[in-house]
Amino acid sequence: MKQIATTKTTYHIPIGPIHPALKEPVYFEFEIDGERIIDVDVKLGHIHRAIEWASRKRNPIQILYMAERVCGICSYCHPAAFALAVEDAADILAPERAEYLRVIQGELERICSHLLWAGVAAHEIGFDTVLYLTWQVRERALDLTEYLTGNRVTKAMMMIGGIRRDITKDMLPIIQKDLQYFKDCYDKLGKVFLNDKTVRMRSQGAGILTEEDALKLCAVGPTTRASGIKKDVRVDTSYFAYGDLDIEHITPDKLTGEVNGDVYDRIIQRLLEIKQSIELIEQCIDEMPSGDIVSEPKIAKLLAQLKKVTGEGVGRHEAPRGEVIHYVKFDGNDAPYTWKIRAPTYNNILPWIPMLKGEQIADIPIVAASTDPCMSCTNRVGIVKDGNKYELTKEQLHKMSVEKTRRLMK
Amino acid sequence: MTKETRLTPEQLVKYFKDEFKTKIKDVQIKKRAAGKKKNETATIWMKVDKSVFKGVIKHLCDLQFPHLAVASGNDLGKTIELIYHFTVNFGKRMEEVNLHISVELPKSKPEIETICDWIPGALITEREKMEMLGVKIIGIPDDRRCFLPDDFPEGVYPWRRDEAGPDKLYKNLHEVKK
Repeated sequence: MKQIATTKTTYHIPIGPIHPALKEPVYFEFEIDGERIIDVDVKLGHIHRAIEWASRKRNPIQILYMAERVCGICSYCHPAAFALAVEDAADILAPERAEYLRVIQGELERICSHLLWAGVAAHEIGFDTVLYLTWQVRERALDLTEYLTGNRVTKAMMMIGGIRRDITKDMLPIIQKDLQYFKDCYDKLGKVFLNDKTVRMRSQGAGILTEEDALKLCAVGPTTRASGIKKDVRVDTSYFAYGDLDIEHITPDKLTGEVNGDVYDRIIQRLLEIKQSIELIEQCIDEMPSGDIVSEPKIAKLLAQLKKVTGEGVGRHEAPRGEVIHYVKFDGNDAPYTWKIRAPTYNNILPWIPMLKGEQIADIPIVAASTDPCMSCTNRVGIVKDGNKYELTKEQLHKMSVEKTRRLMK
Repeated sequence: MTKETRLTPEQLVKYFKDEFKTKIKDVQIKKRAAGKKKNETATIWMKVDKSVFKGVIKHLCDLQFPHLAVASGNDLGKTIELIYHFTVNFGKRMEEVNLHISVELPKSKPEIETICDWIPGALITEREKMEMLGVKIIGIPDDRRCFLPDDFPEGVYPWRRDEAGPDKLYKNLHEVKK
């Protein structure tokens, strides 16, 4: 660590390992000159749980359930990417209806996740009323998830070669009613976030990630798209039913006509994506063909088939936070030889550094939160605790952030 | 910012084969269809020789700036295999090509050059390969551990399957005395 080289004018503050945003463990070390951040160092690994290693003793079906536990919020995306990787290695094709159902689940999860993020972002800058307003809408999205899958968070929907639960005709009225509710709320939320003077003052020009940095640091998801890079697995490739659907890249200039790559743009980006997700679910419901929902309903038979597979496969899915990619290698045993998970936050860590440089301490929570980090996804093994020096707790940081908002409101 | 030339998967393979000839082996182009309309997405797998690895990455960056998703690793017994998962041609509807470049390193000398000078975003994944597989990345700007705790023993690499693997750290619950 670089803290030894402290000069007279700058000093170091460690922040973490409980993250200032989203209550997740990551450790920052900031070099500060007065209020300005000069340099940032990020330390990871506080919740590495060795999930990849645990997979060595499990068969692909068991791994599906473990993949679901990589992350609480993206509990659909990891099994989805894993299933895609296995299907790629074993040459399994999912039935058409299943592909559409998979899109519906994926987009519903995106709505839940983006709404959760919007609430947290509002909380970080001291607008707790907006937090409750957004999470009220999210509650409805979770209720819809529960109605379709039987559970709110850990849904166990994905199956290798298909999906586990169908959407029947009698479910459609409730889905349509809820989608209409989301659309109504979308306009209301858009006004709150985009037109409020204080939100703009806190977010415009803060935490800028330039297009060049986003590309060079390999950022993914809304973080990279808010900087103007058109990269979205759903649009760029054909997987699930996304190849059939009418979908295009979304960048913040669709609304404002320009791309700044700041926190404000990342708010716009996620709001626009909520709307896109609602439209995609509607398209899927209209165009969904009838038929089977899984290619091989007998799990014992499927496992016997997978046991013979040798080879490797890669599955990529656009999770709410960005691209998640899984690599699987089979060598003809029960358990896969290698399973590598790469969660979106893994790639969105390095972009934090240019974003945070030059900002104020009070901006750390909102800038850090603006990439929607998920540390549990990124770290998968042990615990270490350093930072024996002067430390800012998340409460102090949050207080500073709220005070800054209050100052601006005066 | 950077120049961008879009090539089809077949052209891409030819682009590399013309430059590196026999140093590129086992090239496979896989196309996978999905959905009702059966639109396809192409994936290229290729093995490159260790000696030309850095050149291949430079050659790729000359064409267009690729997106590096991650590098995964396998312990194959006598060698360690690293697979760099790139995507190119993104930004247009269903034009993206997956490019998986694999390189094998002998266990006697598991060393490879860094690609951070071309793709700065490769830093975290290269640090992970160092601590998890015991690969030495030559010229990496930051060689600290990334995910493993600081008190994790030196010379133990969790992804290895030989004597450098983590087997001696395992504790079976049924063997632990109460």
